[in-house]
Amino acid sequence: MIPLLLIHLIKIACVIGVMLGIVAYTVLAERKICAWMQDRIGPNRVGPFGLLQPLADGLKFVFKEDVLPHHVNKVYFTLAPMIAMIPALITIAVVPWGSQLVIPSISHDPIPGVIADLNVGILFVFAIASLGVYGIVLAGWASNSKYPFLGGIRSSAQMISYEVCLGLSVVPVFMQVGSLNLMKVVEYQAQHTWLGFTQPLSLFIFLVSAFAETNRLPFDLPEAEQELVGGYHTEYSSMKFAMFFLGEYAAMFVASALMATLFLGGWSLPFAPFNARAQTLNVGLLHIAIFLAKVCCFLFFFIWVRWTIPRFRYDQLMGLGWKIFIPLTLLNILISGVVLAVITK
Amino acid sequence: MTMQVKRPKLTIWERTYLPQILHGLWLTLKHIPQRKFTRQYPEQKPPLHGAYRGAPTLVKDPEGRVKCVSCQLCEFVCPPKAIRITPTERPDDAPDANVEKEPKDFVIDMLRCIYCGYCEEVCPEEAIFLKQDFAITGYTREELQFHKGKLLELGGVQPDSIWKWKFKGAPPPDAPDAPKRVAETAAK
Repeated sequence: MIPLLLIHLIKIACVIGVMLGIVAYTVLAERKICAWMQDRIGPNRVGPFGLLQPLADGLKFVFKEDVLPHHVNKVYFTLAPMIAMIPALITIAVVPWGSQLVIPSISHDPIPGVIADLNVGILFVFAIASLGVYGIVLAGWASNSKYPFLGGIRSSAQMISYEVCLGLSVVPVFMQVGSLNLMKVVEYQAQHTWLGFTQPLSLFIFLVSAFAETNRLPFDLPEAEQELVGGYHTEYSSMKFAMFFLGEYAAMFVASALMATLFLGGWSLPFAPFNARAQTLNVGLLHIAIFLAKVCCFLFFFIWVRWTIPRFRYDQLMGLGWKIFIPLTLLNILISGVVLAVITK
Repeated sequence: MTMQVKRPKLTIWERTYLPQILHGLWLTLKHIPQRKFTRQYPEQKPPLHGAYRGAPTLVKDPEGRVKCVSCQLCEFVCPPKAIRITPTERPDDAPDANVEKEPKDFVIDMLRCIYCGYCEEVCPEEAIFLKQDFAITGYTREELQFHKGKLLELGGVQPDSIWKWKFKGAPPPDAPDAPKRVAETAAK
């Protein structure tokens, strides 16, 4: 029997490892898919079909010179990329990757498919994910240079406004499920129906807000290469830049995982044996595969939208957030409440 | 004159931008399986026009003789002064001694060459040709000073009938007595 702590550590290592692997390959997928959409081939020189490109990129980042400009605030400048990276890694802890893994030779009880089965699940996600903005604000401020500064200002305004929509858009979900625990949300969907069908407006608003939260096009104003050089990471190089880069894609992964969990049934599929907790190891592993497949669909959607839609203007972005989405979410909560009250009565 | 631009009246559905966004998404998706236009460059060279001016090179006639007679016209006409010719005398006992001069060395500085093609145009012997090589690279400056051997290697054989040994009534070059006749003409 392996002690519980060790099991947890192995689980954490697996989750972080798989997540960073997917994140690295998302970068490759981004380049490949954008190339296909533009009738190009994309990176195909490193390894078969360019599949080793992420390794080459990583190696390049490691060996690049780490420039620390003399005009920056060194402490915060070094701290910022870490703060940008870490929230994404922490939030994935409460997202259920699978139902449970039944391995009698390792532990008596089935191993749950989530690292931390918190009852406040989604609140924890919002609490930690909103820390991500500090990484960007600090980077913009500590760089002591105008373009990063403008990028930092934009991103703080953007992330704070869309945080509101993001939070409010999932309220109907929890009104329907009656729990904030993400594992329970998935089980509810496995037994009833996917919440994406009953709460389409929530899904839509969450999706759009997730684009804004992860600084992806059409809302990538903090970076906005054409106007702000590189935005908040203009002054960064080498591994520090790579941290921002990974942080952005990791945030994308977390957003995709959350959407899959909240709206598309997480690890479940609407038929047996995928609509209940796994009783055998194989089904447990299949649950994880289903979850990852759903996440990959969302990641593809992120990339697909990025290479389709042009960037919003800054005032349009704020107008959309405050004047349209916040009233819409409130309306959504109201309607959901009324409908739920009528149904349960 | 002012022109009134008629702005189309958008429906509420259109004003949400959603139809256009969905149309755009469909458009980009449609392109994923379509034919790709990438040229895999170092393996696939681009098709060049026949008159493309690439690297200047020296050519040989079909008998393998250097056509250049070191008249140095190309050296004089070259705008960036990229050509340096070291002429030498053709030995009197050579079978084609009527040529009199030949290049001992012929250097083209590829870093200075501007590919204008004046050398090709000015050459009375049609001995210098701009080939289609366009990617001329090297690690040192010396490497890019193309000497006679390298230029001849790049130029190869030019299968045309303009030879300095050719004169009116000359037999075909593969005739057995051709060198003798050449020598006779030189004696005249």
